[in-house]
Amino acid sequence: MTAVSVAKDSVAATDELVVLKNVNKHFGALHVLQDIDLTITRGEVVVVIGPSGSGKSTLCRTINRLETIDSGEILIDGKPLPQEGRELARLRADVGMVFQSFNLFAHKTVLENVMLGQVKVRRTDKKKAEDKARTLLDRVGVGTQADKYPAQLSGGQQQRVAIARALAMGPKVMLFDEPTSALDPEMISEVLDVMQQLARDGMTMVVVTHEMGFARSAANRVVFMADGRIVEQAAPDQFFSNPRSDRAKDFLSKILHH
Amino acid sequence: MNVLLDHLAEFREGFIGTVLLTLASGLLAMTLGVVIAGFRVSPVPPLRMFGTAWVTLFRNTPLTLLFLIAWFVVPVIFVPGLSPWTKALLALSFYTSAFVCEAVRSGINTVPLGQAEAARSLGMTFTQTLRMIVLPQATRTVIAPLSSIFIALTKNSAIAGAFSVTELFGVQKLLSDKGFPITWIFLWVALGYLVVTFSISGLFRLLERRLGVAR
Repeated sequence: MTAVSVAKDSVAATDELVVLKNVNKHFGALHVLQDIDLTITRGEVVVVIGPSGSGKSTLCRTINRLETIDSGEILIDGKPLPQEGRELARLRADVGMVFQSFNLFAHKTVLENVMLGQVKVRRTDKKKAEDKARTLLDRVGVGTQADKYPAQLSGGQQQRVAIARALAMGPKVMLFDEPTSALDPEMISEVLDVMQQLARDGMTMVVVTHEMGFARSAANRVVFMADGRIVEQAAPDQFFSNPRSDRAKDFLSKILHH
Repeated sequence: MNVLLDHLAEFREGFIGTVLLTLASGLLAMTLGVVIAGFRVSPVPPLRMFGTAWVTLFRNTPLTLLFLIAWFVVPVIFVPGLSPWTKALLALSFYTSAFVCEAVRSGINTVPLGQAEAARSLGMTFTQTLRMIVLPQATRTVIAPLSSIFIALTKNSAIAGAFSVTELFGVQKLLSDKGFPITWIFLWVALGYLVVTFSISGLFRLLERRLGVAR
């Protein structure tokens, strides 16, 4: 069923799922995104890395318009991002987002968190939504926590619930904004395992992360950002073993040192 | 003591008048306040402007002046033929809604931004996000200030008494005009208000204990 609709989509549109054209954004005097051009094709896993303040999180957030842009164009599956309103809401339902701070709805149980979007946005009936939610929660390994509230879960569990919540919408692309940066070291791997599996299943993913191990093993492409620009893009092997730019060499020498 | 027993019917009528007026204008003020707070945080500029104008107007006007406007301006310019009770209701609830709005807005601001971002990322509209995600979590912080606002409303409803609406404060005027000992009248009237205000703070304390969001 899913396979058929995906095939149909890719005939209708092109294989370019997310396209950023000449995107610029300022935070006051800070030119945080400078002439960004980036194309992400269907099924591709793109990892965005770079020093803090380089604009990588902002880049990720512009893709579902949590951040507006000053100029340029962003297309999702061939359609330009609309203005704030119903149409944008509809488009956001197709773009899954996972945040650094999980952002699970604190007043709802884990199960309700995963059901809410399906019921209120997709208008799925409750029974179906619950079945899908439970299946997804099992898949990310927190099925037994379904009736707890987010605050009762560990960070790693919360983040896996957040991934399940995004997947419940059946998104075309998943955005991960530093999904493991707020986690204790022993919980990082449980989240990365889920993401690895997702990548293997063919999900289109944009991942902003500091996890170089994940970038090496799961990414099709590494995008290196510094000072609001995309400095370098390459396959992970090539990027980590033989970075072209001095900025990337410098960055890698600092983080791979320990 | 005799004043109370001899005029129990008047006191009772006044007390019920105060309770009803407070209850009705409290409900209307609450509804208006939440809606206007929604306007004030809305992404639509005209709605935001309307919300700001509403709050500025009703929060900065003396309540007695609003009563005068309700009595002498509203019937001429807007709708004629409103009963005194309805006019009192409108003046009190519009005035109070400005304060409710600001309390609710401060509550909305205590909910972490990430909650609304997560909701919007799922494709929820602004209204859905506000209603299902933000407001339920804002409720607890809003309870304490709301309690004060409704207590103030109870006491403000006394102004209606001066405009010949039957309520507790009006009873005081009625009886002291007839020459009964004012100290006792004041005491009983004050106790009447205490019953209402204590009930409000009790109710809100209960709500506060019930509604906790764990983070």
